[in-house]
Amino acid sequence: MRQRRWALGASTLVVAMSAGLGAVPAATTATAAAQQGTTLRVAVTQEVDSLNPFLSITRTGTDILRAAFEELTTASAADLSPEPGLAEKWEPSPDKLTWTYTVRRGAKWSDGQPITAADVAFTFNLMLSNETARTANGNYVAQWESVTAPDETTVVVKTRAPQTTMVALDIPIVPEHVWSKVDVGAEPAYPMVGSGPFVITDFKESQYTRLSANKQYWRGAPKIDNLDFIHYKNADAAVQALRNGEVDLVNGLTPTQFDALAGDPDIERNNAKGKRFNELVMNPGAATATGQPIGDGHPALKDPRLRRAIAQAIDSKTIVDKVSGGYATVGGGYIPPLFSTYHWEPTGDQARPFDPAAANSALDAAGYARGGDGVRVDPASGRPLKFRLMLHSGKAFDEQSAPFIQGWLRDIGIAVDVRSVADNKLNEDTTAGRFDLAYSGWTGNPDPDAVLALQTCASRPNADGKGATPDSFFCDADYDRLYAQQGSEFDTAKRAEIVKRMQQILHAQAPLTILSYDNALEAYRKDRFAPFTLSPDPGGFIMNQQSYWGYYSATPASASASGGSSSSTVVWVVIGAVVVIAAVAALVLARRRRATADERE
Amino acid sequence: MTDALTTVEPPAAATPRGGGGGTLRYVLSKVGAALISLGLIVVLGFVLFRVLLPGDPVRTLTRGAPVTPEGAAALEREYGFDLPLWGQFTRYLGNLAHGDLDRSLVFKVPVAQKIGERLGPTLLLVGVGTLIAVVLGLWLGTRTAWRRGSRFDRTATGIALALWSAPTFWLGLVLLTATGGLFPSGGITYPDTPPDFLSQALDTAHHMVLPTITLVAVVYAQYQLVMRSSLVEEMHAEHLLTARAKGLRDDEVRRRHAVPNALLPTVTLVFLHLGLVVSGAITVETVFSWPGLGLLTFEALRFPDYPLLQGTFLVLAAAVVVMNLVADLLLRVLDPRVRAS
Repeated sequence: MRQRRWALGASTLVVAMSAGLGAVPAATTATAAAQQGTTLRVAVTQEVDSLNPFLSITRTGTDILRAAFEELTTASAADLSPEPGLAEKWEPSPDKLTWTYTVRRGAKWSDGQPITAADVAFTFNLMLSNETARTANGNYVAQWESVTAPDETTVVVKTRAPQTTMVALDIPIVPEHVWSKVDVGAEPAYPMVGSGPFVITDFKESQYTRLSANKQYWRGAPKIDNLDFIHYKNADAAVQALRNGEVDLVNGLTPTQFDALAGDPDIERNNAKGKRFNELVMNPGAATATGQPIGDGHPALKDPRLRRAIAQAIDSKTIVDKVSGGYATVGGGYIPPLFSTYHWEPTGDQARPFDPAAANSALDAAGYARGGDGVRVDPASGRPLKFRLMLHSGKAFDEQSAPFIQGWLRDIGIAVDVRSVADNKLNEDTTAGRFDLAYSGWTGNPDPDAVLALQTCASRPNADGKGATPDSFFCDADYDRLYAQQGSEFDTAKRAEIVKRMQQILHAQAPLTILSYDNALEAYRKDRFAPFTLSPDPGGFIMNQQSYWGYYSATPASASASGGSSSSTVVWVVIGAVVVIAAVAALVLARRRRATADERE
Repeated sequence: MTDALTTVEPPAAATPRGGGGGTLRYVLSKVGAALISLGLIVVLGFVLFRVLLPGDPVRTLTRGAPVTPEGAAALEREYGFDLPLWGQFTRYLGNLAHGDLDRSLVFKVPVAQKIGERLGPTLLLVGVGTLIAVVLGLWLGTRTAWRRGSRFDRTATGIALALWSAPTFWLGLVLLTATGGLFPSGGITYPDTPPDFLSQALDTAHHMVLPTITLVAVVYAQYQLVMRSSLVEEMHAEHLLTARAKGLRDDEVRRRHAVPNALLPTVTLVFLHLGLVVSGAITVETVFSWPGLGLLTFEALRFPDYPLLQGTFLVLAAAVVVMNLVADLLLRVLDPRVRAS
């Protein structure tokens, strides 16, 4: 009897304490939030490496910085085309080597100081003179000669070669009166003087980043008071937080999580076309930047006929449906369809629909006869077509699609040895050319230059397999010539034509095949927020935009949702207190009974 | 009766102490062994993360963003990755001698600073969790042993075993879902909590509930089971019969004669585990996004950030060694037999 009473007392106490703890802070946070106005709370699962605008390279870091620092130009919400930011207008010289930007009059830093051309020139010159300042965005200024600010509103940039990214410089402009006095490599002080719709006021690494509305913002202050980025290391916990109402906006959902949120009346989901493509690269004979063969790729893969057959034997539709739960787009051209200006879709006689029979007869015609075990043999080297397929261990897409690919290739007489390796091992091996088939994937930008550059001869590594970021080790003279052409073509329509021809070459030579384009799955609390501005629109996303439209557009839903909480928290506090007191009383009582029971013994 | 009363056993601690020289030799040998272990850990830390782990550090630094060969070479120089392996090792030892754990590749701040920031939350979580687990484990262990075979014993031991075998990650997520928003689903404070101490402390306590319960749930069972089995063993001891014969109440026999003896293996276990619990919190910290050392290790592994991994490895391993040393020394204080040998 005694034991039982004791246990009862103890467990009541534990429950009571938990309930008490559950109630009291809820009350304090609720009142605090009420005092500070509306807050959009965003769950993020990726780390922020730094909030120094010159250093930050993680996706979350840059996403936050875009909300806090205006750039010369920004990407339009609708189609990501360049539109005025701090620069009202810009003008290249006829030779495209000198660019003149006119800085907006009347725009102010968050501390009230005017934003002038001097700030812009200071930022760019700091990057030209200081290596640390080039950490994040140094590639934009690599070809620059000089930057000057002849008057308060004019910035002149001279470059050594024509550069198409001059109208989309993704470089946060910082205030000279702050950054001229600090070490450019140090973590900034908060609040951080900025020019975007929000000001970064607090940053606790791995916990949260807090931003407040910038009342000085030249487009007008945002409709919310605070913007919090709360870090979750566990996506399931982030989803739970959304359900609980602890956060208002989540992205990076898995198809399962996205489907599970379907029935919730307070939650709106956004199934956006993604920026990212998944590809299977086929080692076309890896070599260094100087053309020296490296690695140990299967020699048969140098044959484009074999690579095309492999591409034709892979069914992207099944991968989209079975692996991505339908939340992806069937693979086509190299540039994702989200970037509609540059995307190319193979049509007519270039189309290569899933067709194992056609792939089989193509291989028969090319002389790859089947051996006794059903595996084809390379007539040139006499080696059977047994390929290693390297995948990122722990990555669901790779792990789930590999068995499909293995099966499809078996059907055309190719044996696949699936090897699941850590990301770094995969990077190291593929960079050194030690692979036959491997998974890869990249996130595209509105400007296709960086992704196109991956397939040029110049992106191949130096002799020790380092110093570059090769993807498929493709090296094609026509492709490289077109790459150089598109880089100096300032007419978007003409440039798009060139980019599409490059994609045709990639498709025909097939050093890689696009498996699918991932969708970006997001969800938000529609009971607290009105629909956000998507970018691109339609079909785009709220978070990780090329600009700040999503966060800037945050508008509280009708005030009803937040009103009831304060009275209910009072009730909770009272209940918590009563339970705690009752538990303590029960405990004291139990102890006393126990003591008297002991006496009686 | 009177005879029995005069021979009441004094508490165990009152037995004669060993010689001073013996104590010194014992302490020195234990400290020496700990120092050798630490030396091995330092070497192992280097071999594990600089020699065996694949990956190009420059790639981690630039996150795959294109770099010029000159830029890559400059980065390698800055972190000493251009040196031959032996040169890297001596550089590492030299830095370590100055308490310098190098700079994190990802966060670009000294590793020691990063670890310092994260030590507090881990100590708070692990400290509170261990304390509750020890108290709960010892109490339940004692109760279940004393009434072994009872329904209470069967239920408590069953629950303990079930929780012990539950995967930490899963248990954390189940708790998270089951409590449905009563407690925060992650972090240590909300961003909008007022900065005064009381609000911060309450908010931290609120955030701590679920991680602590998870940590306690997976840890307390071993204390309970060890305590139970050693007490069961102790219950057959003849001095308990003597104590009962003296007419002592059941409670007192248990409290003063059985439990102190049965406590020895449990205390040793507690300290041995204390070192491990720091790293064992990795899973709990990851589920609940608790910004401690475990989470830092997880983040460092994801990139991977070699200097940071090395640093967390050193700290976590050193914690195990130090706690082992404490357990060894404490055992000597608690157990006269160790002193006598």
